[in-house]
Amino acid sequence: MITDPYVTIKGLTFYRSGRRIFDELDVSFPRGKVTAIMGPSGTGKTTLLRLIGGQLVPEHGHVIVDGTRLDGLSRAQLFELRRRKMGMLFQTGALFTDLNVFDNIAFPLRVHTNLSESMIRDLVLMKLEAVGLRGARDLQPSELSGGMARRVALARSIAMDPEMIMYDEPFTGLDPISMAMIVKLIKGLNEALGLTSLLVSHDVEESCAIADYLCILSGGKVIGFDTPDALRQHGNAEVKQFLQGDADGPVAFHYPASDYRDDILQGVTRS
Amino acid sequence: MRMRTVELSVGIFMLLGVIAMVLMALRVSGLTHSAQGETYTLKARFENLAGLNERAKVSMSGVTIGRVTRITLDPEWYAAVVEMEISTQKMRTLSRDSSAAILTAGLLGEKYIGLTVGAEDEYLTDGDWIEDTQSGIVLEELIGRFLFNSAGQ
Amino acid sequence: MIRFVQRVGQHGVQTLTSLGRATVFFARSLLWGGPGSAGFGEFIKQIHALGVRSLSIVIVAGFFVGMVLALQGYSILVSFGSEAALGTMVALTLLRELGPVLTALLFAGRAGSALTAEIGLMKATDQLSAMEMMGVDPLKRVITPRLWAGIVAMPILAALFSVVGIWGGAFVAVDMIGIDDGAYWGNMQAAVVFYDDVIKGLIKSLVFGVVVTWIAVYQGFDAVPTAEGIGKSTTQTVVLSSLAVLGLDFVLTAAMLGGL
Repeated sequence: MITDPYVTIKGLTFYRSGRRIFDELDVSFPRGKVTAIMGPSGTGKTTLLRLIGGQLVPEHGHVIVDGTRLDGLSRAQLFELRRRKMGMLFQTGALFTDLNVFDNIAFPLRVHTNLSESMIRDLVLMKLEAVGLRGARDLQPSELSGGMARRVALARSIAMDPEMIMYDEPFTGLDPISMAMIVKLIKGLNEALGLTSLLVSHDVEESCAIADYLCILSGGKVIGFDTPDALRQHGNAEVKQFLQGDADGPVAFHYPASDYRDDILQGVTRS
Repeated sequence: MRMRTVELSVGIFMLLGVIAMVLMALRVSGLTHSAQGETYTLKARFENLAGLNERAKVSMSGVTIGRVTRITLDPEWYAAVVEMEISTQKMRTLSRDSSAAILTAGLLGEKYIGLTVGAEDEYLTDGDWIEDTQSGIVLEELIGRFLFNSAGQ
Repeated sequence: MIRFVQRVGQHGVQTLTSLGRATVFFARSLLWGGPGSAGFGEFIKQIHALGVRSLSIVIVAGFFVGMVLALQGYSILVSFGSEAALGTMVALTLLRELGPVLTALLFAGRAGSALTAEIGLMKATDQLSAMEMMGVDPLKRVITPRLWAGIVAMPILAALFSVVGIWGGAFVAVDMIGIDDGAYWGNMQAAVVFYDDVIKGLIKSLVFGVVVTWIAVYQGFDAVPTAEGIGKSTTQTVVLSSLAVLGLDFVLTAAMLGGL
């Protein structure tokens, strides 16, 4: 279906503390598009991002980013790959608390390049202007609201002009205005820079609004991968339940348990 | 601006470290004594050191004029050879017939070498031997002699 | 019985595994990067955080320990009539043992716990992950300068502790008890050997600096990234490094007295 994937995952199996999170997962994410990775809590959406970023190593299977297989890379090569190609926006923003806004964004530039301070200043101000926070450059991270912190973090993750950005729960815990700003930014960045965007989210509405594709995960498998409209119409029952937000359906309301009647009666006979 | 204060305080911290080192070297361990000015070395043979250590004081009339630098055993004489450095500045001229004794500071204190000057006009020079020596007192011998004497009375 | 053996064995394997991981971690962050691996400014900043901030507690503690040593020492020595040896006793006790050991314990409580909490918090707020994703090695960037700063700061703190303690002892002995000034310092200078007492004490404190800082940064780096996990790791840092310091002190003392 996807002719030009940026990230390809083949036969990936991953365990965490004995529990199997992914089982022979195969999925590809298209170049230059926004793909939203969705699914119930605990299905390993964030884990998937960390696997793609090489922060976690799969039991077996491969992650291929822009034609490069992550397994087999040395530590230094992996860092080089992340530096050139990837950006990541963490749920908490993950701003460095001992640096102010300006220095946070300048950080990757200072570490990776030999640019002069005036060049760095220009670049940082450009990135800050893009997220609308040029005026906040002297603030400390503790002085920022949640939405502002996330915008600063976004400016920092595009500081090195990556080819792909991974957003981990970018909408969680934001007020409607901040949320609208982030939605606008993600869409705008994708269009202006031609970035490949992977987005992990619970928010069906926002995700559908900006995603070109939805990838729905459940039980360690992909249960639906298509455009939002196509999934709404033709997805299987579980996908539909998730997209419509029904309390009961293929994913049961009740955690697996023994028969309710028996359970109650057992308590009665015991006492 | 903030970085300046950090740098300044770290600078002070390092300086304090250096000062502490210098104080420990000079004031606490008295490193100056062995390295102060010109010295000359004298040697002396003792039958028994009775606990004399290297770096022990060498004094004359209670004034420290040098230090013990080396203690070895002379296999021919079966005696201890003590080398001591005497400060030229403090005691330039020691007559040839000076004597050395191992003494104790206080009742149970440290051992040191006490020099007593002789009467000759010729002086000891670097590397010379002090012939007239008196060993340290070993408590057991002292008690033994005391018992022997009292038994004889 | 079999289950007990099994559990002990499992625990042993776990301990060895984490020791191995801590060793690899140590080698990676210390041996593969000098103090300036994150820029010299960062190194200076960490010396400030670990050394300068521990200065006041070390100096105050050192002064009191010296004063107590002089008081206690006097009450013991005076019954042998050798109160002139008080300076010697205070200086040797501080230089050989109490200086390095107490400073290391204070350092573990003051700087070590702060270090664990700081790094644990950086982990919990994804700052370390963010660095990794920027292609910056958090070991070199965060851990290495802190390790080096701890190793540099610890001997300086220990030296200051001893010196302040010796002067605190002098204050009590000379100014309060009335021992002769010359006897206090003179006997001390005669007995203290620079290479044997001062340098060996500093070597001890250097080793303690390495161990305490290592434990602190590793505990932070390995912390479970929750509020509870960080609290646990912080406690663990203080407990483990205190035990390590006391244990190592015995080993080092034995080695040094055995004619190292």
